[in-house]
Amino acid sequence: MSIVTVQLGQCGNQIGHEVFSALCSDIRGTHGLCSKKENESYQDSCKERFFCEDESGVPVARAVLVDMEPKVISQTLSMAARSGHWKYSSHSHFCQKQGSGNNWANGYSVHGPRHKEAIMDLVQKEAEKCDRLGGFFTIMSMAGGTGSGLGAFVTQCLRDAFPTSFMLNHVVWPYGTGEVIVQNYNSVLTLSHLYHSSDALLVHENDVIHKICAQLMNIKQISFRDVNQVIAHQLGSVFQPTHTAGGGSGYSRNPLGDLMETLVPHPEFRMLGLRNIPQMPESSLPYSTFSWPGLLKHLRQMLIANAQMEEGIDWQVRPPHPGSSIPSTNKALHFNTSIANLVILRGKDVHGVDLGSFQDPSLYTSWLNPQDAFNAWKTPRAFNKYEKSAALVSNSQFLLKPLDSIVGKAWNMFASKAYLHQYTKFGIQEEDFLDCFTTLEQVISSYTNL
Amino acid sequence: MYDEALSSFFRNVDTRSGDNGPDIYKGKICSLKARALLIDMEEGVVNEILQGPLRDVFDSKQLITDVSGSGNNWAVGHKIYGCQYRENIVEKLRKTAEHCDCLQCFFIIHSMGGGTGSGLGTFVLNLLEEEFPEVYRFVTSVYPSGEDDVITSPYNSVLAMKELNEHADCVLPIENESLLEIVNKIHQMINCGKLGSTVKQNSLVTSSAGIAKTLQAKPFDAMNNIVANLLLNLTSSARFEGSLNMDLNEISMNLVPFPRLHYLVSSLTPLYTLADVNVPSRRLDQMFSDAFSRDHQLIQADPKHSLYLACALLVRGNVQVSDLRRNIERLKPSLHFVSWNQEGWKTGLCSVPPVGHSHSLLALANNTCVKPTFIELKDRFMKLYKKKAHLHHYLQIDGMEQSCFSEAISSLSDLIEEYNELDATKGGPRIDPSRLKIAV
Repeated sequence: MSIVTVQLGQCGNQIGHEVFSALCSDIRGTHGLCSKKENESYQDSCKERFFCEDESGVPVARAVLVDMEPKVISQTLSMAARSGHWKYSSHSHFCQKQGSGNNWANGYSVHGPRHKEAIMDLVQKEAEKCDRLGGFFTIMSMAGGTGSGLGAFVTQCLRDAFPTSFMLNHVVWPYGTGEVIVQNYNSVLTLSHLYHSSDALLVHENDVIHKICAQLMNIKQISFRDVNQVIAHQLGSVFQPTHTAGGGSGYSRNPLGDLMETLVPHPEFRMLGLRNIPQMPESSLPYSTFSWPGLLKHLRQMLIANAQMEEGIDWQVRPPHPGSSIPSTNKALHFNTSIANLVILRGKDVHGVDLGSFQDPSLYTSWLNPQDAFNAWKTPRAFNKYEKSAALVSNSQFLLKPLDSIVGKAWNMFASKAYLHQYTKFGIQEEDFLDCFTTLEQVISSYTNL
Repeated sequence: MYDEALSSFFRNVDTRSGDNGPDIYKGKICSLKARALLIDMEEGVVNEILQGPLRDVFDSKQLITDVSGSGNNWAVGHKIYGCQYRENIVEKLRKTAEHCDCLQCFFIIHSMGGGTGSGLGTFVLNLLEEEFPEVYRFVTSVYPSGEDDVITSPYNSVLAMKELNEHADCVLPIENESLLEIVNKIHQMINCGKLGSTVKQNSLVTSSAGIAKTLQAKPFDAMNNIVANLLLNLTSSARFEGSLNMDLNEISMNLVPFPRLHYLVSSLTPLYTLADVNVPSRRLDQMFSDAFSRDHQLIQADPKHSLYLACALLVRGNVQVSDLRRNIERLKPSLHFVSWNQEGWKTGLCSVPPVGHSHSLLALANNTCVKPTFIELKDRFMKLYKKKAHLHHYLQIDGMEQSCFSEAISSLSDLIEEYNELDATKGGPRIDPSRLKIAV
């Protein structure tokens, strides 16, 4: 099954490019560390999922590029073409000239309706190229105007046009100390709207990835490209082909559907966080050895203690003992309760790995069966030069604090009515804001009371 | 090659068959014509331009001139010439706009103290709002200093301020005193340079052709170049690529929290590049520090000791997001931000540095430090107005009444009061409003 990616705005297009680059470079590599047959099956599956072929034999990304100004798309298209290994279709992009001015209302209420037909046309064409459409993967940031506002509108349109397809929104959360002054408004508007039309939100926070670049990757002068490459690596480790538990011998044919099924059992809980291990500079790889028990021990603690990466984990945090009454304050502050978790293992000796520690019922809320709450996908085919790697996609309280912080800051600004005239100018009124705040306070409350 | 970056400010005209040739959209540069309208009610300045090195850049059809000038009288500029030239101006504006694929913004460049720039200039501002309501209006205004030799400059400025309050999207006030100080500083640096350090000539923020002119009594060319560089840096991210683009409409969106509070204090760094200093990161961090120092502001103001409503940093060159973050974290504690915008930073990263530099920074601040400038203006106005000095020159103009003056000073007073109210919140206790309660 194929996935159509929709890249929205500067962030969406920059990240999208890194994702396809990473996927392509992974399948071209000779570091699969598995049988030839396995490798070929992996390559075919990846190609079917993300690329189609054109006459020249160069893989063409199954993607639609959308932006309200031309520079980023133009750069993205040419960078891909220059790589020589893959490219974007020359007919799959839509751009305008004037931008969205970091204004969610402009993206949603003006650009959205104005360009709906043209954009959906492109999406339809990409969808028709797929033998079987597995769903949509949209990439956007929520701080700006296009990715956030137009992105929310496009997501709604996709939902209306493809009511039975799966939709996963990859949302990038901005740095806390500002890239855009009205980012918290744009974020609140985006998240609340996406909550109503998307199946799930897969989140990356710039602050977190920045720390990974600084502390794990040892990059001195971190650029957005560096950040985007780490994000692409993490996404690749989720979306490259794997075998699901009961899926028979072939690679999973419905990755998005499987993801939704395992991780989103209840519509009120749609926020997914992503962690992976190990993460290090490529130059250090030859000098490192990994063991599955070691990797999984760290990954589990990252989950429990809500650690953002494999360094600086708080090992003191423990899940509550079953049967004991847990003081709710303790629980809220330290221990990260999960609804559902998915662990993806790639590389050597993957089949014998013991994942029992992730099935511990004390990690999860009580209203799901622990067997249903945890799933694992595996492949012996190593990913992106890491002999062994593990990714965790988690529907848990990972994002509770950051979400609360964003809503708090937005509310603070809203109370003073600052910048509201910029939104009402394009048709988003105070009541619309209030509705969005209400939606998100509900989400915060739901996750807090797990 | 004629590209998107050039096309933002210039048309490429096929002049082989004369001046009325068609526009060439892609390919080699034939003849670049500025997308501009030059208006003056005297001919001297415009004629000088037309005889200078840029004479081919300005289309003769883009000029509107007269002979007698406005006599440093806002009313003459706004009411008399405004009425007289209205149609002509509208027609020329329409023509220029038609040549644009996508018109995003008008830049109005004028002074506040005289008659034409101030009076006719604000008349044009009104026109732009009427004829092109969706296009942003950025105004670069040169404010008169205390020792201005035009006696009526306070009247002209206050009358113009009312128009700016009501019809501009963003105003970048500039004061000649600040420009002069910067020019002098650079001059000192060049002439009494420290041992072993030479300044790269084409890196001067005051130079246009890479030549440092000898200092004259009032070095307007050098001063004007600073403003030109300001506008270049302001538009760099719209013209060139970068990892975090910042368009002009984003500036308005992020820096104007309430419609009337749209006055932005600007600062440019570095003012020059030392040729042989090779400590990139120290130079980089110094650049950020300088942007917040009093000496680098283009008006006489000290943003560090006043209240920030919002701040934008547009960086050009080899600067990455980590450099930006490091410096924001470093400088933030010494700055005062309004309670509802504690993290109010808007940032942009443009990959292409200005000529002669490896990196540069433009800081735009919506800060209450503009208040003293406005208060002084009001004081100077009141000094004249109380004695009704020179008032008859204005009131005798058709369409001018006493109420024009009282409304204008009232508009300015209201603006000052808004800044006062904000300043009153500075340093006060921070009480976050309570959040919405949801029924569980």
